[in-house]
Amino acid sequence: MAEDKDFAEAAVSEVHKKISDAFNLFDDESNKTVDVREIGTIIRSLGCFPTEAELHEIITEIEEEELTGFIRFEKFLPVMTKVLMERKFRPIPEELLLQAFEVLDQEKKGYLEPEELKKFMTQEGEPFSHDEMEEMLSAAVDPDKNVVFYKDFVAMMTVRDQ
Amino acid sequence: MKAAILIQRWYRRYIARLEMRRRYTWNIFQSIEYAGEQEQLQLSSFFSFMLDNFTQLNGSSPCDPMTEEGGVARYELIDVEDSYCGPHLSFPLNVNHTNALLSTYKEQKTLHARYVLQLLHETKKFLEQIPNIIHLSTSYYKEITICGDLHGSLDDLLLIFYKNGLPSANNPYVFNGDFVDRGKKSVEIIIILFAFMLLYPDHMHLNRGNHEDHIMNLRYGFTKEVMQKYKTHGRDILQLLQDVFSLLPVAMVIDSKVLIVHGGISDMTDLNFLESIERHKVKSALRLPRRTMDSVMATRCGSQVKGDLRRRRRGSAQRRNQRKKGSSGSSSSSSSSSSSSSSSSLCSPRISSRNQPRPRLSSSVLSPTLTSYVPCMDSMVSIETQPREEEEWKQVVDLLWSDPKIQDGCTPNTFRGGGCYFGPDVTRTLLERHGLSLLIRSHQCKQEGYELCHNGQVITIFSASNYYEVGSNRGAYVKLGRTSSLDSSSTKVSAAEDSALKALQEKLFAHRTELMTTFQQYDKNNTGAISLSDWAQAVESVLRLDLPWRTLRPRLARLSQDGNVEYLSCFENICPNQPPPLVTPNLAETLYRYRTDLEIIFNIIDKDHSGLISIEEFRHTWKLFSSHLRVAVEDSVIDDLARSIDFNKDGNIDFNEFLEAFRVVHRLDTKDQHQD
Repeated sequence: MAEDKDFAEAAVSEVHKKISDAFNLFDDESNKTVDVREIGTIIRSLGCFPTEAELHEIITEIEEEELTGFIRFEKFLPVMTKVLMERKFRPIPEELLLQAFEVLDQEKKGYLEPEELKKFMTQEGEPFSHDEMEEMLSAAVDPDKNVVFYKDFVAMMTVRDQ
Repeated sequence: MKAAILIQRWYRRYIARLEMRRRYTWNIFQSIEYAGEQEQLQLSSFFSFMLDNFTQLNGSSPCDPMTEEGGVARYELIDVEDSYCGPHLSFPLNVNHTNALLSTYKEQKTLHARYVLQLLHETKKFLEQIPNIIHLSTSYYKEITICGDLHGSLDDLLLIFYKNGLPSANNPYVFNGDFVDRGKKSVEIIIILFAFMLLYPDHMHLNRGNHEDHIMNLRYGFTKEVMQKYKTHGRDILQLLQDVFSLLPVAMVIDSKVLIVHGGISDMTDLNFLESIERHKVKSALRLPRRTMDSVMATRCGSQVKGDLRRRRRGSAQRRNQRKKGSSGSSSSSSSSSSSSSSSSLCSPRISSRNQPRPRLSSSVLSPTLTSYVPCMDSMVSIETQPREEEEWKQVVDLLWSDPKIQDGCTPNTFRGGGCYFGPDVTRTLLERHGLSLLIRSHQCKQEGYELCHNGQVITIFSASNYYEVGSNRGAYVKLGRTSSLDSSSTKVSAAEDSALKALQEKLFAHRTELMTTFQQYDKNNTGAISLSDWAQAVESVLRLDLPWRTLRPRLARLSQDGNVEYLSCFENICPNQPPPLVTPNLAETLYRYRTDLEIIFNIIDKDHSGLISIEEFRHTWKLFSSHLRVAVEDSVIDDLARSIDFNKDGNIDFNEFLEAFRVVHRLDTKDQHQD
């Protein structure tokens, strides 16, 4: 029993260190705070796939009562530890992602026109900002054919993300 | 709708990962860069020792005394061959000359050594007349442009000129130091900057940076660049540049409101004192000023005596005050940290107390006939001027080397090993004392090319884009009144990341023995694997780079099936290419770790910079070096190594090839040769 407890404690402390490493990367002033706009990046960089809505919930939970625009590490740590220990916001498997693209590709062409993709991504779901859209297109569009071969795109992004 | 959300979630996470990788890549570069500077400074006493020894051994270099004696400048003796198709300069310069220089360099051509020397000679004459701190006024101009570190990046200089216009009476510029080193076009940059300064002395201003320092240049590439581009006259050029660099002003003040220095300030920084120093004596931050003949000359020369004594008295009074503050101890915490910060200006006690350095014959300001005066002046000068010079040197080092920090106070710059970290309170106090409102400095690479700190009282400006790697950062310049950043291509994370990781793997390899010892301490059962947290702790305790090791682990080491780190795997991606036979792993590792330092030392010994040294010299260097570092290496091992490196058995070692032999390559490239 004691060993189990030790093991659990070790796991928690490992998670704590992981969180603190990620947090520190964004703590530009070295004062254990980060800009609230970076919280999404931190959470996602820790391997989580939350929706914008879920993200917003977390932020509301850890924000100071008086909105300062900064998030303190003390507040962030317990919430994020819970997220990681409970394995919330699990990764999206590649197959599921491909299926999602296939849903958008209604004619089953095997590719999407940049305009099609743009329409879906900026008008549906949790819309991309202009910058996000431009960035995605710059990576996704095949420069020769000027369309998005989503299968290649997904494969490429998954490899690079490893 | 669901599909869209899924893709958006996935893509946003991808971007977040990318951002995180960009950030830690940045951290790696910065940590390694600063660690390198720190080593350089730690070895400074050794370099001073080497320089003293080898300059004595080799006697005075033949060119120096002639430089300005008898009214015949050496460059006039150099013929310009008929085949030379570059620009011909004549002084005073005009706009046609600077235009010709710019187009020459755009076409990748070079300027003839004769003109380089003449230009440097004119530059030196000009700099000798200008004060330590230049006061500018913008009332005549609408704007003044301030540029940060260029580090040999000619493209960035040309880009600035292209976007912002060439320097002229209507378009004044300040370049804030670090023109040279690292990049490949440092020569071109200083030629262009000096030419514009001579053409528009009131509208083109250059501050000194910490790389305008001949010892730094040995390590960071400028010395090599000059020798490669000017094989015959490179030495003369370097010699003259030593003087030119030390004559560059150390600070600018614009409209009595804005202070511009390369690095920063400390709580000891005293602009009035700095106005009065003899800046050219600070030849290098890595070397305390020696009592050169200049000081002897100064005390002998009637007109300067008064000024000199007055200043000296002020200097010693100041020191007394400091001592009082220091000894009372409890007076305030900032004052005690201040005394440590100014003494942090490197290694001073060690060098100054030991063997009173003799004036160096190679110093180009000396004329040989005066040498005989030294002994009789010795006692007097050493008592009187030594502390004063030390104080001057410290003040200059603080301006050139310091970095701002977030917290109040002033502490030694342990990261770089020289200068200090100054807090917002230090900035506020200095600005208030002098009625200033802003400090502009450079010295640190920023991702956007610029950064504000200390409540907007300090701007950092850095002009070399892609400093660490393609896509790592933008370059920027300030136009006083508004900040504008340059365009640069969008960040390419993975290229920069690869090269950062490679640099990090080199670090790991260089500390292999220490790391292995530490790993094995954790690995009680000798399984070859330790937990992630042990691994992270071990690596951090040895390398001390303060990096997110857990995040980096997947790129540095493999996990075993049970989730532990197979620590041997972090040395796998790297191995020395063609290790010379008979070299023990230990020596390879030592060589690897100190190869930059070795190269500097080789450069010092290799006086003609031919890239060749004799086996005997090689042995000698190694002995000096290993005794300094207290790395025990047996003589026989060194001999074997020397013999194995001397591939063509002519008794000389080509150091470049030697270094090449230890170049780090990815394992894939060497698989064939390396299957043991």
